[in-house]
Amino acid sequence: MTDTEGFTADLAHQLGHNDSDRYDIARSRTVAALADEADVTYALTDSPVGPLVLARTRAGLVRVSFGLDDPGEVLSDLARRLSPRVIEASRGLDEVRRQLDEYFNGQRRQFDVDLDWSLTSGFTRKVLEATNRIPFGSVSTYRDVATQAGNPAATRAAGNALGSNPIAIVVPCHRVLRTGGGLGGYGGGLPVKESLLRLEGVLR
Amino acid sequence: MSLPPFQLLLDEHGPGVFRFLVGRVGPEAEDCFQETVLAALRSYERGRVRPDNLRAWLFTIAANKANDHHRGQSRRPVPVEDTPDSAAPAPDHEPELWDRVRRLPPGQSAAVLLRFGSDLSYAEIGRVLGCGEMAARRRAADGVANLRKETT
Repeated sequence: MTDTEGFTADLAHQLGHNDSDRYDIARSRTVAALADEADVTYALTDSPVGPLVLARTRAGLVRVSFGLDDPGEVLSDLARRLSPRVIEASRGLDEVRRQLDEYFNGQRRQFDVDLDWSLTSGFTRKVLEATNRIPFGSVSTYRDVATQAGNPAATRAAGNALGSNPIAIVVPCHRVLRTGGGLGGYGGGLPVKESLLRLEGVLR
Repeated sequence: MSLPPFQLLLDEHGPGVFRFLVGRVGPEAEDCFQETVLAALRSYERGRVRPDNLRAWLFTIAANKANDHHRGQSRRPVPVEDTPDSAAPAPDHEPELWDRVRRLPPGQSAAVLLRFGSDLSYAEIGRVLGCGEMAARRRAADGVANLRKETT
């Protein structure tokens, strides 16, 4: 190694180094201002049915996703479909988290949060809005929600609509079962659907 | 091609940008960093930002904010008693290399930091500093030469 190479290697070594505590503090100081400016904020949280990604816009809760995949995929989807101005900030989601905790602890039967339905449209939105009216501890069928959404014959489309529910748990697609009996499907996996129905006293 | 979520950009390039700002403005790095990321987020939409080199885009904003801070400092009147006897005081543990890099002419300081501190290519540095690749190489080389002069 020549003198210059040694010198620049040394430069890179020294200048390439962060004081990580100082950076962490600098980062946390920016969160509030960034959250105010963002179009979408999100938080990662844990639950008895596994890790969740929660996201909101100014209008309300827009996404509850099971963290089955990389959260990056969920966030990229939000960036593509809503806005790339996505920031991690738990502050605006503390209320949702609190209500989810209460729900899982058996202290809450109804969620009281503003919802942003932007990720849904048309028949899917009608199906999910109908689903949102199914009370805690009750169930409905694909046929029933299809009917409520205005097309009794569209049971398969209703199934697809439920599968695409962007706001899991809060919009209770887990309360919709197969018309002839049988659990049906669930985006978060059938074990989770069963857990939720057991929690609500529908299943033993 | 859509833009990635801003948070992921921040996670990936934030440390490098902050490190660059420490090198350029020392104790004002925290303020500068906040201004940089906020300005970046405000202009972060398709059509205004190209997704092909977001790192260079972010560093360009940072470099401009750093220059603004330096200009602001020279214009701001400082009471004689408060005038520091050298450049802005460095944290106790900061090696004096950082101090010497900070005191290089701004173009050389920026080029040295971007090249050796944050590993940007000369083409990227040329974009960030608005001077072109060849001038970026020259500034980095001159910066290194000046730093070596002081060591001997």
